Amino acid sequence: MHPLNLIKIALKAMARNKMRSFLTMLGMIIGVASVIAMLAIGQGSKQSIQDQISSMGTNMIFVRPESGQQGGVRLESSTMQSLTVDDVEAIRASSPHVSHVSPQVQGRGQAISGANNWPTSIQGVSPDFLEIRKLEVADGVMFTERDIQSAAKYCILGPTVVENLFPGGESPIGRTIRFKNIPFKVIGVLAEKGENTFGQDQDDIILAPYTTIQKRVLAITYLHTIYASAVSEEQSDEAIQEVTLALRTSHKLKESQSDDFDIRSQADLIKTFSSISEMLTALLAAIASISLLVGGIGIMNIMFVSVTERTREIGLRMAIGGREIDIMFQFLIESIMISVSGGIIGVLVGVGASVGVGALAGWPIAVTTYSIVLSFLVCAFTGVFFGWYPARKASYLDPIEALRYE
Amino acid sequence: MTSNHIIEIEQLKREFVMGSEVVRALKGVSFQVKQSEFLTIMGTSGSGKTTMLNILGCLDKPTAGSYMLDGISVASLTKNELARLRNQKIGFVFQSFNLLPRTSALENVELPLLYNPLVGAKERRERALSALEAVGLTERMRHTPSQLSGGQQQRVAIARALVNDPVMVLADEATGNLDTRTSYEIMSLFQDLNQKGKTIVFVTHEPDIAAFSKRTITLRDGHIIRDNVLEEQRSARLFLENLPVTDEI
Ligand SMILES: Nc1ncnc2c1ncn2[C@@H]1O[C@H](COP(=O)(O)OP(=O)(O)OP(=O)(O)O)[C@@H](O)[C@H]1O
Ligand SMILES: [Mg+2]
Repeated sequence: MHPLNLIKIALKAMARNKMRSFLTMLGMIIGVASVIAMLAIGQGSKQSIQDQISSMGTNMIFVRPESGQQGGVRLESSTMQSLTVDDVEAIRASSPHVSHVSPQVQGRGQAISGANNWPTSIQGVSPDFLEIRKLEVADGVMFTERDIQSAAKYCILGPTVVENLFPGGESPIGRTIRFKNIPFKVIGVLAEKGENTFGQDQDDIILAPYTTIQKRVLAITYLHTIYASAVSEEQSDEAIQEVTLALRTSHKLKESQSDDFDIRSQADLIKTFSSISEMLTALLAAIASISLLVGGIGIMNIMFVSVTERTREIGLRMAIGGREIDIMFQFLIESIMISVSGGIIGVLVGVGASVGVGALAGWPIAVTTYSIVLSFLVCAFTGVFFGWYPARKASYLDPIEALRYE
Repeated sequence: MTSNHIIEIEQLKREFVMGSEVVRALKGVSFQVKQSEFLTIMGTSGSGKTTMLNILGCLDKPTAGSYMLDGISVASLTKNELARLRNQKIGFVFQSFNLLPRTSALENVELPLLYNPLVGAKERRERALSALEAVGLTERMRHTPSQLSGGQQQRVAIARALVNDPVMVLADEATGNLDTRTSYEIMSLFQDLNQKGKTIVFVTHEPDIAAFSKRTITLRDGHIIRDNVLEEQRSARLFLENLPVTDEI
């Protein structure tokens, strides 16, 4: 029989039992919509985590002292003093895959300007730090190498600090703030960066020459962290190897000794978070696809009812020349039409729900084409798979017995 | 010898196995039907008439014996070939009309043509309309079976059997549920068809209906007990004209 006529027959059968067809479709609608929504939420959070980590600099590598042991007691890494400015020089001298290196020391405390004060952290770094962390000076200038050599009392403020210390909206450039009683002259303001993945305000920051912080604020000679950046994200691994070698040489470690420092790269971080969120997405999608399975079973059930109800009709169609394949397609097309129209509505509901949830809850949402195509294909497949057996059963009926069916 | 025999049946048997019981509906039946013959099969209820007709219509297969239709052994045909045969060579009128419910008379008549790939949508509509016209139901073509009387439903079923222009029409008690006048109308329709060269096998248990045919086979308990050719065929149209107009108050 012509496919167009089969579609007409299926539409008629569906129209005849509108409520039943709709309820059967509802199973598919809920299944598809929830798969799409779950994938959208999962993909959205994965993407936003990736974006935020990358915005901190995809090539970033950071070195911290390894939390070593002293007499069996594990020490907090910040108490370790193994990293020094010499290490920074060693890295700079011997690592061709490293484009920027900056020492880092930091202290927390109250920043004061006139009657205003604000608890924040001050970071002692070198100018390379801007490049490594993808920070920009929006207003004023960055301090220079010469300021580092002279341990100049200059600082650059993050926008959050500016807001709290200079609430009147006046320009902080040229003004002096105090941090732990040390006066710093403000020479620049950073561009806004917002919160990072972990909810930290990246704008709540003060940058100053690391020498100034070491000598005048903390009175230490070691470094807390060394920040570096690889030439490119792909060359992170080579860069890490070079930094490791440079540090081992500079720390005079023997072959048998393990590293007394810990190197991490942003690429590692992205990988870790991506794999976690991918796993979560897969889990959500798996749970959602169970409802798709349930929807499919609903279709199978209703198709059995439909075949039984129309046994005499099947017998008649066979008697006047319907072949097995005609009967089979008649029911198969009906089940495919139920599942596919359920799928189409499901896609619309799913996309709508994702966007709605994203807008209401403020979650990052990413409806991907592949999730739509995938769930649509799964739908069509469900129609064929669960419609097959009832359709087969219909086509195997004996015309005489079917006509005699009460 | 085989040339003008459309049906040749040899020692046909049909048994139904019901658990441990075996029902022998046909116990060895042999006969031939010539092209353009008008044959009635008579017999008491349960004598095997419907079973016989189902086999003739290629809906059922005999347990034993041979059935040659137009020189072809039906047993050698595949399911799809049988379906095509039913679709294009045979018109079947069922004992219980078997119209599709909630479907218009026109669509019911169109149904066999849907399974004929050689007929397009336009031709299908035209042929269905002319088949309905032949049974006098043109003005009822939009009505569904539930809106038609028993006789009208029967006529829709006959139109459906004729729409594919079959060489052979098989009818199972086509007048069973009808009053005398309508029965005569239907019989006159069949006589016209027969005149045009169609072979007709007609099952009934009413002797006065059988009298409109050219030959009667009587079945009893799965056997043929009589096979007689009628010298003179009665004209249903004449009977219809002579029927007194009754029930007019
Ligand atoms: N599918 C079947 N299963 C079991 N027995 C059957 C089946 N079909 C017919 N029979 C039996 O075969 C015998 C003949 O049945 P058939 O329907 O051919 O009778 P019939 O002559 O058409 O009767 P009627 O005039 O009442 O229609 C009956 O005894 C019936 O019970
Ligand atoms: Mg019968």
